Amino acid sequence: MDLNKRKKLNQSIAFNLFRLMSLMVVLILGAILSFIVYKGIGVLNWNFISSMPEDGMTKGGIFPAIIGTLYLIAGSILFAFPIGILSGIYINEYAKDGYLKRFIRLMTNNLAGIPSIVFGLFGMSFFVLTLKFGDSIIAGSLTLGLMILPIIIRTTEEALKSVDNSFRHGSYALGASKLKTIQKVILPIAFPNIITGMILSVGRVSGETAPILFTVAAYFLPRLPHSMFDQVMALPYHLYVLSTSGTNIKESLPMAYGTALVLILIVLIVNLLANTLRRFYGQKVKMN
Amino acid sequence: MKLFLKKFITKIIEGTLFLSSTITSLAIVLIIIFLFKEGIGIFGHSSVEDGFEIVVNKDNTIKDLSAIQIKDIFDQNITNWKEVGGKDDSIITFRVDDIANYYSEEELGANLEFVPDKVNDLISKTSGIVAFIPQKYATKNFKGKVLPADKITITKFFSGKEWFPTAQPAAQFGFLPLILGTLWISFGAILLALPLGLAVAIYMSEIANSKIRRFLKPTIELLAGIPSVVYGFFGLVIIVPLIQSLFNLPVGETALAGTIILAIMALPTIITISEDAIRTTPRAMKEASLALGASHFQTIYKVIIPYSISGITAAVVLGIGRAIGETMAVLMVTGNAAVIPHTFLEPVRTIPATIAAELGEAPQGGLHFKALFALGCILFIITMIINLTVEYISSKRKFQK
Repeated sequence: MDLNKRKKLNQSIAFNLFRLMSLMVVLILGAILSFIVYKGIGVLNWNFISSMPEDGMTKGGIFPAIIGTLYLIAGSILFAFPIGILSGIYINEYAKDGYLKRFIRLMTNNLAGIPSIVFGLFGMSFFVLTLKFGDSIIAGSLTLGLMILPIIIRTTEEALKSVDNSFRHGSYALGASKLKTIQKVILPIAFPNIITGMILSVGRVSGETAPILFTVAAYFLPRLPHSMFDQVMALPYHLYVLSTSGTNIKESLPMAYGTALVLILIVLIVNLLANTLRRFYGQKVKMN
Repeated sequence: MKLFLKKFITKIIEGTLFLSSTITSLAIVLIIIFLFKEGIGIFGHSSVEDGFEIVVNKDNTIKDLSAIQIKDIFDQNITNWKEVGGKDDSIITFRVDDIANYYSEEELGANLEFVPDKVNDLISKTSGIVAFIPQKYATKNFKGKVLPADKITITKFFSGKEWFPTAQPAAQFGFLPLILGTLWISFGAILLALPLGLAVAIYMSEIANSKIRRFLKPTIELLAGIPSVVYGFFGLVIIVPLIQSLFNLPVGETALAGTIILAIMALPTIITISEDAIRTTPRAMKEASLALGASHFQTIYKVIIPYSISGITAAVVLGIGRAIGETMAVLMVTGNAAVIPHTFLEPVRTIPATIAAELGEAPQGGLHFKALFALGCILFIITMIINLTVEYISSKRKFQK
């Protein structure tokens, strides 16, 4: 009886500890989010979003940085999305279980594990210097695109895997070819999940700093880019500049809070969108 | 004919699909080529800047000087030839700019055309001199002795304790403070994050009801989604001042600040992967334990944790990998002093932060530039080893099942 009591006591102590620690993690996130929202909300207004930085980046807005980040998102998605999806289709639908498939998977995982600064070094050496793109949107987009490729490949693979085999068999039974089956049956079903991967990679691209440091990001460039071979400012790099190496760090601090809030908002929206899509899609699958 | 065309198109599409799937391998091969192409260049290179020489008086008995000795001599830390194995004579350092201290403007000529001759004279008549001069001064009828250049080798790179990539006349590429700084804060971060992450993983998979789980899961995802530069910013404005006032330090940018931020950033990786591992524990195993009279908690730490230990190991290894490669947050909060750390309350500098901070200022193709790429290569190798380890652990898991 005594042993039993001790067992129960131990368990309740341990479980409450686990509960407390989980609460702590939630509180950490809550602290970071609420701090940045609290400090940044006063700065955030239409003027902040739509105007150029002024007075050594202590006044004005972050318009060029937002536009720059949008360009980078568009560029990297344009590069990585088609290749990533095709690659995912090949791995899940065509590749047979064996060395080739395992090798491709291994390489995809390895690519995902490479630190972002190494992508930055590679982007500088290959796109900027060897291919002579210079510090440009195209060099930055390609570098970021390589970085999000594994995310897109994996989500595509997962999405295709979750399509029940009965769909494939049904389509074959009706005389459709493999390609037609993929095109008309499997892709439409898997599409929402594939989109989720794309949305998540938008979040990643908009927040990464290290890969763009030496491939595209401009310290201060209060105008819009003229072409694909122009430099741009970008939100994460702008936040870094404002908080560590601006001309007047104390005075540019409110700007930094505002920029951080915009970045946080992007991440929040991206996560919300991805989760809603996943939930909506999950229900649809159940109805089938 | 139409059938043939259709087959042809199918083949082309399938070929395209296959080619797309090789992109990741191609990317890795390209990364290796372009990283190592620049990075390897530093080894075997002289540590003295291209086009310059270190010369001494021809009667000097010294045969060669290492890069670190050259630096100490020019920093006035070594002032006698005795200390580097020569005869007892005090060292006089000389750079070309110092020539004005020895000769008048007239003697040097209006267009400084006599400078090489005068430098030559000076070196030949000053017995204790060591001079850092352009190579072209030391060609015909040069009366001094040119010291052989100290080559940068892999051993020197790894054992060097000083990182002064822009030091003149001899740059120092000691890698030790950087790797130690990186390892310190990465392992520190994992030590902080592991108990917390494991507790959350256990709570989410075993204890919490589905409502709480549905709340926790997106929370963890959000934590993973916050950009590293925002973490760095948060650390800079909250954690750094807090540490500074708490420990009464001159600066708050310390290894501890980096450790805390990295621990928060490593949490999502550890939680998601160990939760997945815990979930794979077969129901039968759990129920057998419960049926034997073990409490739920006993089942967790006697059955579930041992069963999923390889998955948890994978989570830890992957967490370390993330921490080692993290750049911006660490760059912003650790103070970036390239010294070997002794306590967590000192500034440190990591490999990625060094690359990010210095590459912009390093002249392209120069020694410093190559040294930073060499750092990138090392980072790449470390993360490759970590990825392959994780791959190995998880493939063994599948085999067990």
